[in-house]
Amino acid sequence: MPELAHAADRRDAAWWVDRAVQILVLAGGLSAIVFIAGIFVFITREGAGFVFDRFDFREFFGSPRWTPTSSHNPTYGALALIAGTASVTGLAMVVSVPFSLGAAIYIGEFATGRVRETLKVLVELLAAIPSVVWGFIGLSIMNPLIIQVFDVPVGLNVLNSGVILGLMAAPIMTTIAEDALKAVPDTYREAAEAMGATRWQVTFKVVLPAARNGLVAATLLGVGRGFGETMAVLMASGHSINLPTSPFDSVRALTATIAAELGETAAGSDHYGALFVLGIFLFLVTFAINFAADVFVRGGQRKRRRRGRRPAASANP
Amino acid sequence: MFEATAQNRNNRKVEGLFRLLFLWMTCMLILPVALILGVLVYRGGPAISWEFLFTQPLNNMTAGGILPALVGTVWLVVVALIASVPVGVAAALYLSEYAPDNRLTRAINLAIINLAGVPSIVHALFGLGAFVIFFRFGTSILAASLTLAVMTLPVVIVATRESLQTVPLAFREACWNMGATRWQTIRKIVLPNAISGILTGVILEVSRTSGETAPIMFTGAAAFIPFLPQGVLDQTMAMSLHLFVISTQVPDVPEHMPFGVALVLISMVLAMNGISIAFRVYLRGRKKW
Repeated sequence: MPELAHAADRRDAAWWVDRAVQILVLAGGLSAIVFIAGIFVFITREGAGFVFDRFDFREFFGSPRWTPTSSHNPTYGALALIAGTASVTGLAMVVSVPFSLGAAIYIGEFATGRVRETLKVLVELLAAIPSVVWGFIGLSIMNPLIIQVFDVPVGLNVLNSGVILGLMAAPIMTTIAEDALKAVPDTYREAAEAMGATRWQVTFKVVLPAARNGLVAATLLGVGRGFGETMAVLMASGHSINLPTSPFDSVRALTATIAAELGETAAGSDHYGALFVLGIFLFLVTFAINFAADVFVRGGQRKRRRRGRRPAASANP
Repeated sequence: MFEATAQNRNNRKVEGLFRLLFLWMTCMLILPVALILGVLVYRGGPAISWEFLFTQPLNNMTAGGILPALVGTVWLVVVALIASVPVGVAAALYLSEYAPDNRLTRAINLAIINLAGVPSIVHALFGLGAFVIFFRFGTSILAASLTLAVMTLPVVIVATRESLQTVPLAFREACWNMGATRWQTIRKIVLPNAISGILTGVILEVSRTSGETAPIMFTGAAAFIPFLPQGVLDQTMAMSLHLFVISTQVPDVPEHMPFGVALVLISMVLAMNGISIAFRVYLRGRKKW
């Protein structure tokens, strides 16, 4: 029927609307790229003056002296801030990685039915608690607790913020790790069970190795979360510049420094530029972490697809 | 034939032990938070009254209520939603309905992951550099909300994409076969079937947006403003920043006040998440396919 074919080929209003919508949604998709590029461009734009005039690579990464408000000799050494962030994030990971993976294994492999759904909902609710509330908890509940239990003069320290950060990062790691376990095809489990393996043997010898990449990605995203956390660390870490030697030392994190000092600087000053340089550093590190996590997830997917299996869940937030 | 050999019995015992271990680990994540919530309710509960919620702060925020902070948070959330929901839904439509499996799509996905992963304080720097300074919005609700919108965009995109993808391909194919264009299919078939899932994503974004502090500190929220905002170019107070300010910056705040603010904030956020989850469970229950 040629007239029907002709009718279907006509570029009527609906066709043009379709076209317009296609361009519109493409613009929406591209906006994500525009925003992430925009973030980099605008923080670089504000930090550029400092990078060209004042930035000294050796001082920035090698000196623990961060004294931007000193009137005669301001110094911009970020080493102590980096050490602060690293110590808090490190402790948080030590606390939360085993528990998160354990919880993911329980929820994914052992729990069934209603228990499983309830646990998943609870974990999701944990992830919703705002960081300023966590900071307040560190300040007003953990602080006196630590002073009392460990008999130390100040309870705002690496231990406090590490535990808080661990609790904050755990739900994300649990969720993503559980996704990774879920992405392991049931045929793997069935094959192992058919050989007479018990549930924990199946989990340890079959499921965990198969989900390894996803679990690494979950851990990486947890690290990224801890690294970038601002309010909780600002309120619970004690905020004093220190190269920490024990969990009871107060430290100051990169993120917290920006949050605490940006309000008091004049736009365009060295100090203001230096804070944006900290921001650039944070951006680049988290970008690298997220990229690495993505590569791990994709690595796992590709391997499984090669074997003709269902692709794994993605590490999307 | 199955025989309860020593090895089998041993395996069963080990399995039981591991099961307990993992259960304990799960509980260790949930119990501390439950305890903390209990403490917040116990110590913040007495502070909460109609007067606390609906009057102005007095005496340098050491007395009175939190009305401007509550109203400010509502402003920030509403403006952020207006900015981010259309963009987020469009992006999700592209990724779910149009995007081919190519480099561009991969780049978009990576950008979304990064938008969610970039530290909130970096979003604050971006908001300051872009909206406050470059676009000359000044420190205002508009600048703060746009910063929040960029930051929470991934929440909308991911939730919407997931709900679009639960609509079976067969629905679309049936519609295409009737001669409908892609957009007609999306509008008449895909969106009506996915709209409730999108709504849960929007509710999640409300929850996320209302709790954020760092991105609004330098872009539009102020520690103390004695009146309610009149438009999007005003500065405002916000619940999250108010909690930070009265618990760290202001001396002599009676102890129950920050606990009260924390309790109100966390109740708002958890209620939003609860609604979103309940909605999802309800929808899953009455799904037609």
